[in-house]
Amino acid sequence: MSSFFHSVRLDEEKCTGCTTCIKRCPTGAIRVRNGKAHILSGRCTDCGECIRVCQHHAKYSERDDLSRLSEFKYNVAVPAPTLYGQFSNIEDTDYILTALKRCGFDDVFEVAGGAERVSELTREFMASDKAVRPVISSACPAVCRLIRVAFPQLIPHVIPLNSPMEETGRLARERARKVTGLADEDIGVFFITPCPAKITAIKQPICLEKSYISGAIAIKDIYPALLKNIKALKNESPESLKSAGLIGISWATSGGESAALLRDSYLAADGIENVIKVLEEIDNEKLNNIDFVELNACTGGCVGGSLTAENPFVAKARLQQLRRGMPVSGSHIGEGENVDDMYWQRPLTGYDIMRLSDDISEAMSMMNRMEEIRAKLPGLDCGTCGAPSCAALAEDIVRGFAKETDCIFRLRDQLDAPLFKDIFPAPFRKPEK
Amino acid sequence: MGIKLKYEVDGEDFTRAGEASGDIKKTLKKLGFPPETVRNVAIAVYEGEINMVIHANGGEITADLSEDGITVVLADKGPGIPDIGMAMKEGYSTAPDNVRALGFGAGMGLPNIKKYSDGMEIDSVVGEGTTIKLKFLPKQ
Repeated sequence: MSSFFHSVRLDEEKCTGCTTCIKRCPTGAIRVRNGKAHILSGRCTDCGECIRVCQHHAKYSERDDLSRLSEFKYNVAVPAPTLYGQFSNIEDTDYILTALKRCGFDDVFEVAGGAERVSELTREFMASDKAVRPVISSACPAVCRLIRVAFPQLIPHVIPLNSPMEETGRLARERARKVTGLADEDIGVFFITPCPAKITAIKQPICLEKSYISGAIAIKDIYPALLKNIKALKNESPESLKSAGLIGISWATSGGESAALLRDSYLAADGIENVIKVLEEIDNEKLNNIDFVELNACTGGCVGGSLTAENPFVAKARLQQLRRGMPVSGSHIGEGENVDDMYWQRPLTGYDIMRLSDDISEAMSMMNRMEEIRAKLPGLDCGTCGAPSCAALAEDIVRGFAKETDCIFRLRDQLDAPLFKDIFPAPFRKPEK
Repeated sequence: MGIKLKYEVDGEDFTRAGEASGDIKKTLKKLGFPPETVRNVAIAVYEGEINMVIHANGGEITADLSEDGITVVLADKGPGIPDIGMAMKEGYSTAPDNVRALGFGAGMGLPNIKKYSDGMEIDSVVGEGTTIKLKFLPKQ
């Protein structure tokens, strides 16, 4: 499983080995071993939930900083539309884009622009006979990875289009080549990212041979420099850099992508737990009457990403105000333009991490053993064994990752120590009179 | 070696309907049954589970899983089905209005159970209850 790249990392110094992240991981991908929270590579979807919940800030995302700009002769910043919701009292996105450019970039290309083209192509795709209803958005990389490991049977529903980030990266490169005459390797394209899943998607794309993006800079890392540059712009007018309209900007919040399809039959769910419930519903064929399903791993959509600076609900409110007076859409697919490059280069492939064994009868005997073990465990789901629940420990034991005495209650039972026999921890103690 | 699963279905609580079929589905996925089989079982058992809640004030679901196939028995002590032939017709429903208001009661319950299973036996006695036995064959 070491072939999977993950941007989510652990700062061992800061990790106290507490059980917060193991319990909140939606795919059960974290175990505490040797006092530290380790990620099971094959199960992690880089959703960033552990980064959000760790109160010790021990989980972080690998990412780039501005020093990487020196690797290239010409650098373009491609900001996620979420960036616009991070600042108060801004009425024109050109202030943000100019401030961003002045962080050391030669050009700025809005991801909101690429998003509008993806919306157009999605509308076209939805009207074609290639659409398997309900069509599932492929824009959130954490959702794509979740489908790959937990719902591989739903892959035919996923729309085979590159994300707005990649489409923008492609366009930004094209423009940079035209303007400068430079070769691709001399052009740096940096995504200003709200989340770690996008970073993973850049470093190890699933459906592209190679990402159009050179690196990712977290919104919260570049935020202080942006604030400073915006302040400095007070007495001058910003450059005219924006091109996107309200459709592109709306992609930052849950429901924005769907609204851009201009049809009523859609469902938009956000927050990884809700996403899982909706995928279950699709799998049970209960959403056959829905045309399009937009899923975002983060609460509120991309504004809820774990690498943002502002509260997602505040960011959403600001985006609503920013959108006022904007044109519906600023970027379009040209008449007769070849859109082949907007489609995936290779299919999404599933690999099933849930199954116990490739052999059903072997899996059954494993499950029976799991059940026997689970019945002997206390059912506290305390996490002291390093697994998120007693059931997860039982599965780990049967898979050979853990042993029964990893449970401190089972350890006590198996120690032949009369002294401990009548000592019960508080949850099992009868109330004293 | 096989696996036996058993669930009590609470007839009072609509929001819990789907727990048994959901758990069976999770178990089948873990065991590595083909996705199509998992989906068929999940859909058919869910319909049966909902029927139990709507019509019969709950009941019991047992599932026997083996490599050669899956047998699910849904047993309730509800009012029974007076005319099974009618009940099997698509669109025929005796669900009360409050249930229809929730989007159920489209008269597709039993027809769907039949459609998604590879064998269905209904045994129903008015005033005593209904037992539905379903068979699923693993498909690759």
